[in-house]
Amino acid sequence: MATIAPDNHGLRLVVRYTVLTIIAIIFVFPLVFMLVSSLKPDQQLLADTSSMRAFLPVGDISLNNYYDAFDRAPVGLFVMNSVIVTGVTVVLSLLVCSLAAFSFVFLRWSGRSLILSIILATLIVPFETIAIPLLLIASKLPWIGLEGFTTGWLNSYRVQIVPFIADGLTIFLFVQYFKDLPGELIEAARVEGATWPQIYRRIVMPLAGPVIATAAILKFLVMYNQYLWPLMVVQQESYRPVMVGLQYFFQLNRAWGEIMAYLSLITVPVLVFYLFLQRAFIASIASTGVKG
Amino acid sequence: MASKLTQSNSAGWAFAFPGFALMLAFIILPFFLAFGLSFTNQRLVTPNPTEYVGMANYRQLLGLRILTIEPQRDEAGAVERDDNGDAIYPRMREFTRNNADYPQLAGLQEWFSIDRGDRRSFVLARDVVFMKAIVNTVIFVLIVAPVQGGLALGLALLINQRLRGINLFRAIYFMPVVVSIVVVSLLWRFIYSGQSGLLNNLLSGLSFGMFTPVDWLGNPSTALGSIIVMSIWQAVGFHMVIWLSGLQTISPTLYEAASIEGASKWQTFRYVTWPGLRNTAVLVLIVITMQAFALFAQIDVMTGGGPLDSTQTIVFQAVERGYGKQDISGGSAISVILFCIVLSISLIQRYLTREKS
Repeated sequence: MATIAPDNHGLRLVVRYTVLTIIAIIFVFPLVFMLVSSLKPDQQLLADTSSMRAFLPVGDISLNNYYDAFDRAPVGLFVMNSVIVTGVTVVLSLLVCSLAAFSFVFLRWSGRSLILSIILATLIVPFETIAIPLLLIASKLPWIGLEGFTTGWLNSYRVQIVPFIADGLTIFLFVQYFKDLPGELIEAARVEGATWPQIYRRIVMPLAGPVIATAAILKFLVMYNQYLWPLMVVQQESYRPVMVGLQYFFQLNRAWGEIMAYLSLITVPVLVFYLFLQRAFIASIASTGVKG
Repeated sequence: MASKLTQSNSAGWAFAFPGFALMLAFIILPFFLAFGLSFTNQRLVTPNPTEYVGMANYRQLLGLRILTIEPQRDEAGAVERDDNGDAIYPRMREFTRNNADYPQLAGLQEWFSIDRGDRRSFVLARDVVFMKAIVNTVIFVLIVAPVQGGLALGLALLINQRLRGINLFRAIYFMPVVVSIVVVSLLWRFIYSGQSGLLNNLLSGLSFGMFTPVDWLGNPSTALGSIIVMSIWQAVGFHMVIWLSGLQTISPTLYEAASIEGASKWQTFRYVTWPGLRNTAVLVLIVITMQAFALFAQIDVMTGGGPLDSTQTIVFQAVERGYGKQDISGGSAISVILFCIVLSISLIQRYLTREKS
């Protein structure tokens, strides 16, 4: 960790902490402002912006904005939609991508390296460049559900989930991790007569804790923060996720107190989650850095 | 591991199939479809059959012409001038609308003009808004890539020291990264607001009222800059972490050697740290550039491309066309143009990394 042997004493230390703190304020204050404002009535919120009171929970503090936000729009429904879409996608993604990576690393089969390189090549394709044709595909896909045979996936959970289950980065992360596992373990299990599903379930996945955490966190952030895709494929309120709901909520009216309440409501759980698991979060992002 | 024990075609395919099939259907197919559709007139919903239209979508998006003309002259042959003494030129409409002498200019619009001596060159575009979108996106990338990359490195160097509580600061600097860009954009929309916006009040407080409030997002000259600042604020922690993992791969013995040699801080950075970060630097720059080219949510939430198209971007145009106007083929053509830009950057990355090894 240490770069240059620091002589950590006296004035030098004070200067260092001062610089660190000033920068921290720049990052934290907008978020503090959001939280504090969500507790204030609109008039006070606007008046307080001219002083440091903007960052302090003072004056007429209440949760009224939160109640009003729930009254104005089905915020609970939006949150539930996002939780369903995010949760299902993360679980399916971990399963599907780890299975594929397992096959690429531990099994020998014809076409293996070609397919792996195709999958890795997709890493340079930004989602934004395939979104428009994907919209056309989604509008034409068939589905067999409770109502029988239907065409078109627009306005559903599946259109928000299925396209994001398998992705190059998640498979890549699993491949990198599996490569470092001792191969003798798998060979030994084969000698003992274990089947591939048994090896996957009993040997490899129990050892994959760290990469599961990394992949889950990255997928969670992507899915919970989805905006462009649901904006195009979900028009019905009943399937609308939080970020699109937020834009819709904002267009309803400009009651900033309620907007800040909505923003805080969908952000604070993620921030709390992050603060508890910050090492894992930061390690996840750092691991995407090895992809070069 | 090349033994017979691991050889299994059926099991291999079975395990890889779900993932590969999904990627085939939802990443690879749409990717190739974008190219195919860009040569058609496909719409999202239409009763008409889809037709092949060749390069028409690209011509529509990228069509450019330059027209150089002389100023208007009065009957005596002298250049006509307005009250400011500037030469008066004929209006572009006279050339682009129903002018039989200039059929190639029909339907074009004036983008900008350059004076060359006593003549003026008009640059005409078939789609001025898309041209502005390209220029804005490139400006965004050219500013964000070096500034965000540099600030992230500064933060990483600051965080990479042995101090009590340093992990707390690292956690705080990274915090905006986990907040949705949509949330950040809406929050900053209020911070940037012209009336009782936090930034205006803060600046006028710091300058004891000398500062005149600015409608940051409502003014064509400040809107894009405001979005740039906010985007850097949100994402800089992401790249700080990538720099940090690069810094931690540099062997401490190199630093010890440098300090024994009596190297100054700058020399240590220049000759030990920076060479060790070379590959990280390429990576950070490429990742930022790719993310920056995809600029969309900030625009959609904060400005909708305005004011006066000053914040139009490539992806915003793709969505407006492909989804808003349901013109799938036009949106696909924009996607292809964007991909070609991103691909050329990736190739530059490969070139830069190859040079070393």
